[in-house]
Amino acid sequence: MLRYLRIYAILLRNSLIREMSFKANFLLWSLVEILWFAGQIFFIEVLFSRVERIGDWSKWEVLALIGTHQVIGQIFQAFFYMNLTQIPELVRTGKLDTLLTLPIDAQFTVSTKQFGLDNLLNTLSGVCFVTYALHRLHITPSPGSLAVYALCILLGVSVHYSVMFGLSTLCFWIKRSQGLVHAYFSLFNLGRYPDSVFQGAFRFVFSWLVPVIVVSNVPVRFLTQPLREPLSLLPLFCQLCAASAGIFVLVRLLWKRALARYSSASS
Amino acid sequence: MKTLALYAKVFGIGLQDTFVYRWNFVLRCGFTLVPLLGTVFVWRSVCEANGRVGDYSYSSMVFYFLAVLLVESLASPTEDEWRIAAEIREGQISALLTKPLDYLLYRFTLFASYRLLYTLLTLPLVACVLYGFREHVRWPEHALTWALFALSVAGSALIQFFVAFSLAMLAFWILEVSTLIFILYSFEYFLSGHVFPLDLLSPTLSAFVAWTPFPYELFFPIQILLERLSPEKLAEGFCIQFAWVFLSGMTAATLWKRGVRRYQAAGA
Repeated sequence: MLRYLRIYAILLRNSLIREMSFKANFLLWSLVEILWFAGQIFFIEVLFSRVERIGDWSKWEVLALIGTHQVIGQIFQAFFYMNLTQIPELVRTGKLDTLLTLPIDAQFTVSTKQFGLDNLLNTLSGVCFVTYALHRLHITPSPGSLAVYALCILLGVSVHYSVMFGLSTLCFWIKRSQGLVHAYFSLFNLGRYPDSVFQGAFRFVFSWLVPVIVVSNVPVRFLTQPLREPLSLLPLFCQLCAASAGIFVLVRLLWKRALARYSSASS
Repeated sequence: MKTLALYAKVFGIGLQDTFVYRWNFVLRCGFTLVPLLGTVFVWRSVCEANGRVGDYSYSSMVFYFLAVLLVESLASPTEDEWRIAAEIREGQISALLTKPLDYLLYRFTLFASYRLLYTLLTLPLVACVLYGFREHVRWPEHALTWALFALSVAGSALIQFFVAFSLAMLAFWILEVSTLIFILYSFEYFLSGHVFPLDLLSPTLSAFVAWTPFPYELFFPIQILLERLSPEKLAEGFCIQFAWVFLSGMTAATLWKRGVRRYQAAGA
């Protein structure tokens, strides 16, 4: 474990140096993220200029949800996204061979090579936004609910990681990768909406099997529903834990299978 | 005649290329449905609580988003800009420059073959979706609507292709074009009518957006299909759409001409 932490620290340092040598690119990527975030807020503004509530959610609750979605998505993108989108390329070109021969776990190597500083910066924009939304809702969260919120965020990041890692692993079978990125964004766009709007089989699949809906909804509920009855939110929290652990194990197994059938490329 | 045969061959290559990566294709089609269903759920919940939203009932809102699916599968480029930019960056266009091909036309042929195959293959899927939501589907009453719809979709495809091509051309000047592609995407995504019908915007804002190219990529054809436009609005819309087709086409051709002059075949 300690060894992995040490390796990770070196990787982070290298990646930071690399990042700082492309400053213009860094600024442009930040701009891209801010535009997308602003677009989503714009959509909610337009929607709430016509209606009062979505499901049982008011405008600022939905905006807190979108902010939280942004925070989770950006943390994930900062640490893992770039690396996971490169897996198909590693497989297609056979560059994966070198990584497989290293004396550390291959899943660790392919997941952690570089990180995006711009995304970390954009996480802050999400945090500021959630804070403002809470201010508008006249809510001052207790340290307890903040701690649970932070924990849920981490679980959410792990769900994002598992889903994207699972999708990338599919490239061992399907080769081209553009569709995978598309799939990831399609799935997680669901997380921006209040969970109460979804029903039936759709709700079950995306709350339990591919738990993208609970990811941002659960943490926001811990903030916006004051802990009058803390126990009422416990089942939701357990669901988030169970679902994130479940999918993590599942994609780990998928990865093992994929490696077993990998036969390198070119040569 | 010979030229025609040449581009027919290119068209065939485009078809084959798509088939090689068929699973990528299936994945892309399948995952287009997830956000659609999500959107339908959101609007159902909104409409149940509030009745109508703007000029839309729940039914017409569902049909609106089915039309989004239809127009996008007919007219939106998927990976063209990335591939063109990659060809320039990695020096692969050198091989094409020596051939008796017009690159813009070559790329357009590939785009057309990909769109055709995509539409044909997704047709069963789109048909199933339409059947599933059949109570909300309200086909146009006038036959003329279909002709106008087809014309506006063709205009939309041209604008989107030329814009994608122009963006990719920037790869002649700068190495990394993906940020610029994403910046334009973000405007396209929210202002073309993909997320919500643009007539929900305030009148001032929607009048302003009507002058940008984005509504003519998606919202305008859909409005025609839904028969929501008066003859004057229709004429005005087509004028602006054609103006944008012309402008984006000129930009694409000019950038290509200038770019090739600068081109140094890096890596080759």
